[in-house]
Amino acid sequence: MSHTDPTSSGGRPVLHLDGITRVHGQGAAEVHALRGIDLRVHPGEFVAVMGPSGSGKSTLLTLAGGLDTPTTGQVLVEGVALGGLNRKRLAEVRRRSVGYVFQDYNLIPALTAAENISLPRELDGLSARAARREALAALEELGIPELADRFPDDMSGGQQQRVAIARALIGDRRLVLADEPTGALDSTTGEAVLAVLRARCDAGAAAMMVTHEARHAAWADRVVFLRDGRMVDESISQDAGSLLVSAAANAKRQGEE
Amino acid sequence: MSIRHGLLALLGQGPRYGYQLRTEFEARTGATWPLNVGQVYTTLSRLERDGLVEPAGEDEEGHQFYEVTDAGRAELRAWFDTPVPRTNPPRDELAIKLAMAVTVPGVDVSAVVQGQRRHSIKALQDYTRLKGRALAGEPRLGAGTASASANNDLAWLLVLEQLIFQTEAEIRWLDHCETRLAQQAEIEQARAAEAAGQETARTFRPGRRRTRS
Repeated sequence: MSHTDPTSSGGRPVLHLDGITRVHGQGAAEVHALRGIDLRVHPGEFVAVMGPSGSGKSTLLTLAGGLDTPTTGQVLVEGVALGGLNRKRLAEVRRRSVGYVFQDYNLIPALTAAENISLPRELDGLSARAARREALAALEELGIPELADRFPDDMSGGQQQRVAIARALIGDRRLVLADEPTGALDSTTGEAVLAVLRARCDAGAAAMMVTHEARHAAWADRVVFLRDGRMVDESISQDAGSLLVSAAANAKRQGEE
Repeated sequence: MSIRHGLLALLGQGPRYGYQLRTEFEARTGATWPLNVGQVYTTLSRLERDGLVEPAGEDEEGHQFYEVTDAGRAELRAWFDTPVPRTNPPRDELAIKLAMAVTVPGVDVSAVVQGQRRHSIKALQDYTRLKGRALAGEPRLGAGTASASANNDLAWLLVLEQLIFQTEAEIRWLDHCETRLAQQAEIEQARAAEAAGQETARTFRPGRRRTRS
């Protein structure tokens, strides 16, 4: 594969899935979850992955996050091939570069919200105090500062989901991966979370989100459709080109006249 | 009709002239349904014919003002008090297209579905972008004077969100069509397999008879 991409504005992709396949099981029980995926996500780009259940969406995300290994092909995060790393280095790349929002949140029950969020930063070598400060800022950004000292068991699903998102966004992670990050949220809270992800990308991070809700996918720059383990289509949104955008521009011009 | 009542609603706030009505209508709906001045004047003359508005003089620049009559005010109240009828659903080109696609031979229905879904998602992305801007409170030219601006922005946000939900519904329906088509294909496959099985059984029977004899 060529390493220059004419459609992208700049340089190395934050995430590069290069000829990925993933086969589960063997022989008669063989399941081809992914059948050859090539995808690059560049700095500033927000990609949504859609497709029917069983199309390979979640497998794609776990591979991108280094939680699973492709059968063939390579996953590169900020140019580093995850396949070539030992466990310690892999854990480090995942912690420093990748924020992962799990569908079932995966919060540590024995830690408070703030502790759950600050843990990766403490592992990065930050002082407990500085890590807590960052955690509180992340909780603030997601509109839930009051949850700082609560334990996951005392929170609703929607609250846990937002804590999980705060944990994924803390630090200067360049890649955010999210599996149905708004599943437990009502429509306005879900929207606020998407706006946070959008803002993170506008500030230069890259994000890939799996969702089955078109209304949520629409916050992305690029919507990729998966079917039977293949990318079958995509929709790219740029500022220009929409009827309504140009209609609004017309109205604007007439308003100025 | 919506333009008729839209203009009536604007005139309910005080006398206005044609061009002003058009600008104010579009400020609230973000020019989603652009009006030309001709439509505005045609609508005004029908409203006048029906006794719902009446001329209210001209200004020094020659703008003809209109104001709402008592009958017009009653009509407007009734419009707000009555649900928009759903008894005659508007013709939907996409529904008609798919209804034809599944019955006309030689049409790749799943390609029609996927092509439409890509297009609709793209529209949804564009609406969402506009909504993001509206939520961020970016000033929108043509939104009217500062005092009217906040209300117009809210109106525009609601109109945008209506487009978003409508497009989302369309995409969900397309997903559903796809599932339905796959299900139908499976049923037909099973039927074909069954028919082929009966066929095989029939062709084997003479052979069995032969061995018996």
